[in-house]
Amino acid sequence: MASWGEASESRLIGKRIPRLSGRDKVTGKAKYTFDINRPGMLYGRILRSEIAHANVVGLDLSEAEALPGVEAVIPIIEVGKKIRYQGQEIAAVAAETDDIAKDAVRLIRVDLEELPYVVTEADAMAEGAPQIRDDWEGNQSEPGVREAGDLEGGFAQAAVEVEATYHAPVQTHVCLETHGHVAEWEDDQNLTVWASTQAVFGTRRDLAGSFNLPANQVRVITEHMGGGFGSKFGPGVEGRTAAELARMTGRAVKLMLTRKAEHLVAGNRPSMIQHVRAGATGDGRLIAYDMKGYGTGGISSGAGFQAPYVYHVPNLRTEKVNVAVNVGNQRAMRAPGHPQGAFAMDSLMDELAEKLGMNPLEFRRINDPNETRQAQYTLGAQEIGWHRRKSVPGSGTGVKKRGMGLGSGQWGGGGGAGTQARVTINSDGSVEAVTGTQDLGTGVRTAIAIIVAEELGLNPTDISVKVGDTAPGLPSGGSGGSQTMASVAPVIKTAAAAAKQKLFARIAPQLEAPVEDLRVGNHTIYVVSDRTKTIKWGQATGLLGMESISESGQWDEELRQGGAAGTQFAEVEVDIETGELRVIKIVAVQDCGLAINRLATESQINGGVIMGLGQAILEERFMDPQTGRMLNANLEDYKVPGTFEIPEIKSIVFDTHRKVTGVGEPPCIPTPGAIANAVYNAIGVRVRELPITPDRILNALAEQKA
Amino acid sequence: MPDKEKKQGTNISRRNFLKGVGTGTVAATVAPSVLISGEKAADAQMDAAVERATVTLHINGAPYVVEVEARTTLLTVLRDGIDTTGNTIDLTGAKLICDRGECGGCTVMIDGNPVYACMMLAMDAQDKQITTVEGLADGDDLHPVQEAFIQHDALMCGFCTPGFVVSSAALLNENAKPTLEEIKVGLSGNTCRCGTYPFIFDAVKTASRKM
Repeated sequence: MASWGEASESRLIGKRIPRLSGRDKVTGKAKYTFDINRPGMLYGRILRSEIAHANVVGLDLSEAEALPGVEAVIPIIEVGKKIRYQGQEIAAVAAETDDIAKDAVRLIRVDLEELPYVVTEADAMAEGAPQIRDDWEGNQSEPGVREAGDLEGGFAQAAVEVEATYHAPVQTHVCLETHGHVAEWEDDQNLTVWASTQAVFGTRRDLAGSFNLPANQVRVITEHMGGGFGSKFGPGVEGRTAAELARMTGRAVKLMLTRKAEHLVAGNRPSMIQHVRAGATGDGRLIAYDMKGYGTGGISSGAGFQAPYVYHVPNLRTEKVNVAVNVGNQRAMRAPGHPQGAFAMDSLMDELAEKLGMNPLEFRRINDPNETRQAQYTLGAQEIGWHRRKSVPGSGTGVKKRGMGLGSGQWGGGGGAGTQARVTINSDGSVEAVTGTQDLGTGVRTAIAIIVAEELGLNPTDISVKVGDTAPGLPSGGSGGSQTMASVAPVIKTAAAAAKQKLFARIAPQLEAPVEDLRVGNHTIYVVSDRTKTIKWGQATGLLGMESISESGQWDEELRQGGAAGTQFAEVEVDIETGELRVIKIVAVQDCGLAINRLATESQINGGVIMGLGQAILEERFMDPQTGRMLNANLEDYKVPGTFEIPEIKSIVFDTHRKVTGVGEPPCIPTPGAIANAVYNAIGVRVRELPITPDRILNALAEQKA
Repeated sequence: MPDKEKKQGTNISRRNFLKGVGTGTVAATVAPSVLISGEKAADAQMDAAVERATVTLHINGAPYVVEVEARTTLLTVLRDGIDTTGNTIDLTGAKLICDRGECGGCTVMIDGNPVYACMMLAMDAQDKQITTVEGLADGDDLHPVQEAFIQHDALMCGFCTPGFVVSSAALLNENAKPTLEEIKVGLSGNTCRCGTYPFIFDAVKTASRKM
């Protein structure tokens, strides 16, 4: 049975190893799609609608076409079609410089006949709201209902009940490298695209289909990419437009979204508004849960969220509705549906615990069926100093009040079949590992090198890893759902093991030993029964002569496991005069299975916590109901965490088993709930709406006084 | 919204008015002699765009002669510029991320001080020493900040990293032994979305000990 071996036997796996791309990234040598400069390259830009709902009644490209330096102008929407959200594509240009492209976009004339629009959930659901989707009754989807147990019977057993409404607004991904592509054709037949994507093969498939080409005539390259968080799974309109502009002009075209467009059209996390009534028995068992909720994913659907979350409720009814608004579509965003669902559930848990007069940690111990998290509660509580948590919320003197809270999360991340990989040992001793996955900044490139080096007794820096390119024809899935490591690692390991066995078979006669007696370590192959018989790595591979060993691997289920439990504890300080909230410390205990690279795993956990913190205290998309426009489509007014917001973060890699599990998404889930509960503990007033900003804190305090 | 039909796109006269004001401002604050006198036709479509000047920029110790428009930013020259002999400059370490002086992704050093290259006109960078992330290392020897960023994994996707590296180096030039609070202040003009901040703070501390 395949296994990763014991921790004590691992020389590299599970250690803290700096990533291989580090040098290129700190020196500016790393080339992202945005950095690709091709000979004769043109710059593409897209004219987008500023109006949220309109009929296109006229489009005149002639002035833009006449501008010197403009090489192509193409319509994207036809006259007679409808604009359905701000930012929707109208036409595109390609020009000699980006500044000329900017000028040319301004010269495109589009006549829009404005239609009534709704851009907030409340407006969309209001009586008499304009119908904005043809396929729905009103602006709401059919409700999705789930029922279990006997709800009324459950409430009859409840000793305490809580009824509350929790809100989480729309958040945007804010990838620092905007969505974008550089497209270049050769003879109208072969298309090469550098793409900032989480799925090189998915992007190839889409472009091949769009241009009616066989897939082997499209090459997609993603050497480095500047963040995706779930929003970059295909070329989108902008990628197809870049390729079309390049085809028309016969020149390479770079087309990156502007920062504003990135906020408007490149995806977002849907909102969540849920009204919940729940009850618990006198001995602290969650017994009944009744939730009605909705959210918006823009003009599309997809505004799901988890409710209830992680804790066991025997009797429940949930009803969820999607609300359509004239705003750009949602896309998967780091643990879709989870952080907002967790925020509501963990807030509710604390509210129930308080009514029971029970410590919220104790209440979770009773209701959380997950054994891993039970162990994490103990560890996290110790780390944060849970015994210091004040038992009376809001108590204490002075204007700055401290509090503690906790939250929980659960994710899958067990990977799947479908990755092909090859490990090649060359006669000069060099080793290549190739697969068609992509490194989003998660460190998969380095992890692959670690796995191969561990198997072959080499150093990670000895391994040349090639990912992010469709050309070798070794497909892998898109990097989403925290599935990458658990999908790729088993295939790489089995490929490396197969290559090693082939090499051993060549060396065995030389060492006069059976293949099964051979081992490799520290650049040397030796015979386990007679350690005097050795051969250096380079000498061994030299025996291959003109040949190379090149082996593929299989996805072995025994090497991976789904299920990543996590819990986080937060300590905060709130100034009750200014409403200023400072997160002081977060302890994140994150189950991740076998951490191939402990250092990169810690980075992932830190990163998840910080994204969760942004959702908890800063991030909110503001739509103006009057103009139909987003008011903060920039990085000045849409705040993401900066240095001042960063608390002390204790990221604990909770590796209880030695099978690979993905950890990209889970660490962002428990954070908002933990912070919200800590704020309550600090000031004794609950803020049920994210982000928890100073004005919301002050309003809550004022309402309590009133 | 009473008028049912709205015209989107540009009102040429208003745009030209704004462009005209912009050009005038630039000409008044930058040595006017660098502007090659263009035709001042009031209704020329691209009056700002056609004003060109040849400037010499000193980047990482080497002079680059480039033709720029009044509106061309230093960042555009670094990333997309082609010098007068036809060579691309191709210093793409500095990134355009927010395009409005918020995120620090384009940070370079001007005479040793950190500056947002997206907010500086190329013309204003004449006669100054410009250091980009590509110019921080001494040959193969990395700057201590670069070494420390690698060691601490102070980078994930790495897109913001050049900006953070340059800002950190500039911070340590100014304050060789910063406290954690001083590091936070020194790097407050830079934004990371992957959430590498804790390890960046560690890296700056390590680099400060080595310098």
